[in-house]
Amino acid sequence: MELVEVNQLQAAIDSFVGKDVYLHLETTNGSYASHFNEGFFNAGAFIRNVVINFELGKVVGDSPHRVGLKLPQGWVYAQGITHFEIDEEGRLLLAGHDGTGKLAVALQLSETPFSY
Amino acid sequence: MTIPKERHVLVIFPHPDDEAFGVSGTITTHIQQGTPVTYACLTLGEMGRNLGNPPFATRESLPAIRKKELLASAEAMGLTDLRMMGLRDKTLEFEDDEKMVRMMEELIEETNPSLIITFYPDFAVHPDHEATARAVVRAVRRMTDRPKLHCVAFANNTLDVLGEPDIVYNIKPVREHKMNSMKAHISQTAWMLEEMEHKLQNGDTETENWLTLERFYTYRWDQDFE
Repeated sequence: MELVEVNQLQAAIDSFVGKDVYLHLETTNGSYASHFNEGFFNAGAFIRNVVINFELGKVVGDSPHRVGLKLPQGWVYAQGITHFEIDEEGRLLLAGHDGTGKLAVALQLSETPFSY
Repeated sequence: MTIPKERHVLVIFPHPDDEAFGVSGTITTHIQQGTPVTYACLTLGEMGRNLGNPPFATRESLPAIRKKELLASAEAMGLTDLRMMGLRDKTLEFEDDEKMVRMMEELIEETNPSLIITFYPDFAVHPDHEATARAVVRAVRRMTDRPKLHCVAFANNTLDVLGEPDIVYNIKPVREHKMNSMKAHISQTAWMLEEMEHKLQNGDTETENWLTLERFYTYRWDQDFE
C-alpha cells in the first residue's frame, strides 16, 4: 500500500461510480482494547460483501483522509484513511493505519466478491 | 511437573499464533514423546490488525501470509496434523452454536484424544477465544467418557477467580522450538518479540518464566460455565 495520493485515489474511486460493487467496511480498536486498558469502551463495525452502487465518491481533507460515497438512497463513509492500493485483482483497498502499524479502518471496493 | 504420555492430544484454537505463546512448548514436548498431536485452527486470523506502517500487507493479502506462518509454526513444533477449519476471524460467536459444537464433536470423534487443550470459557478475553472454548466444553460435556480438558486462561481476573493454575509445565528443554513457533508468526509478533528479547537479554526472570512455564487449568466440571 502507498500513502494516499489524492488525485490518484479520486480517479480510482471515480472508476467504480455507477457500478454494482462489493463493499468491505471495517472500523476496529482490536479485540484486546479493553483487556489492556480496562474501562476502554470498545466499539467497531464490520460489513463485507454487501453490494452498493454509488453515484458520487469523494476523498477529502489532509491525511488522514475522509472518503464518502453518495448512494441514490444513502451514504457510506470512512475517516482516518492513510493508505491505498489497487491490487492485482483491480480491487480498491483503502486503509487507515495508526502510528504503530495497526489497522483502524478499512474501506474496500471490488467488482467481484471478496473471499468469505 | 513432567508432561505425561497421552494417547492423542487435540489442540483447538481460533487464530494462527494462539498456539505459539501459551502452548507450543507443550505441543512440541508431546510430539517428541511420540504422542500424536492434532491442531485445529479455526480461522486464518483474517482480521489481524498488525499490517505495518508502512504496510507490509492488506486486509486481503493477510490471510495467505498468516497461513504460511501457521504452517511454519507447525513445522517448528514438529506438528504434522494441522487442520485449518475455514471459519472467519471475529465471527465465531455469531455462528450457529450447535454447528460449532458439531465441528468440535467431529474432531473429537475422529482423533479420539485423551487430552484436549483449548481456552477456558469466561477467562479467554477475545470473543473468538470464548466462542471456541464454549463449543469445546459443550462437546466434551456431552461425552460419557470425557478426555482431560486443559484450558488456557489469561483474563485480568483469572488469578482472583480461578486461583493458580493446577498444571504448570517447564518447557525449557524445547525453548528453541517455542521461540521458533513464535517467530514463525512474525507478521503479528515482531514488535512483541523485540521487546521480549530485550528483556531476556537483561536477565528479566519474569519474562523468562513467562516464556518457559506453560500454565493450564483443568476444566472444573463442578463449576461449569453454564
